[in-house]
Amino acid sequence: MAIDKFLVEASHIMMFARSVGDANPIYHDEDYAKKTDLGGIIAPPTFAQSSAQFDPDYFLRPKIGGEGWFGSGKEASGAKPSKDSGGSGGGAAMGLHAEQHFEYHKPVKAGDILTATTKPGNSWEKESKRAGKLKFSESVTEYRNQDGELVITATGVGVQTERAVDS
Amino acid sequence: MLKENEIKVGDTHTAVLVEDLKRTQIVQYAGASGDYNPLHTDEIFTTQVAGYPSVFAHGMLSMGLTGTMLTDYVGDGALKKYGVRFTNQVWPGDTLTGKATIIEIREEDGSKVIDLMIETTNQNDIAVITGSATATIEA
Repeated sequence: MAIDKFLVEASHIMMFARSVGDANPIYHDEDYAKKTDLGGIIAPPTFAQSSAQFDPDYFLRPKIGGEGWFGSGKEASGAKPSKDSGGSGGGAAMGLHAEQHFEYHKPVKAGDILTATTKPGNSWEKESKRAGKLKFSESVTEYRNQDGELVITATGVGVQTERAVDS
Repeated sequence: MLKENEIKVGDTHTAVLVEDLKRTQIVQYAGASGDYNPLHTDEIFTTQVAGYPSVFAHGMLSMGLTGTMLTDYVGDGALKKYGVRFTNQVWPGDTLTGKATIIEIREEDGSKVIDLMIETTNQNDIAVITGSATATIEA
């Protein structure tokens, strides 16, 4: 995955914060945020995950005029997803998400324009009673701001399971 | 931000992250994050095609909810690291409680930091997230 332009916008931060149950005014009230040491609205700690919105090839989003969608419509299953079209910062595109790690180098602020580049990391296999053979793979995404400064390093671990996991 | 003279190793912070998780909140997270995997929002696909008992929350929703507890504790812009393992699935109807425990107070790059152990459990006391974090504190 490579994202050329991840526009960090205040309204997107507000919606993201709501979805994770966070009423902190630093995520939606500019007047309040300006008076803090941070000087403005910042992104919550897991916000980088929403860079998927800016990944043109992200395969877990229905595409306009695209190849169809694998969720239910008239039938319970729609089109098959194409496996090789775009992963993202997390592990979601590689199956289920097993782990996620963030390192914060600088606060991400509303108004920032980020770029992201992802490299594959380690991969390994494990046997599991609940889900059969598990194939783990790691991806490391570096987010940089408009000044070229590294702001976040995100490491996702995805797992492909042999069968559905029920806990 | 936490102050060094007001905390000690072993201190904990807990918060109820969500009570009776609604499918709509999972939809809300799908929209905000951009992850529209039908396993999280499409009950028909998930039960009839994928073979799960119901839709389930994005791991990243649980991590985000846990992050709310964490930043409420350590303050805004204080986190240096935050990482988790998703140890069990989170289903609609679940009630989640997050807990952060200070395990070390130390120096890093000339500033004071704390290391935290993190655990989020469901209503059956089963861990859905285990992890760790590092945050800057005031000396």
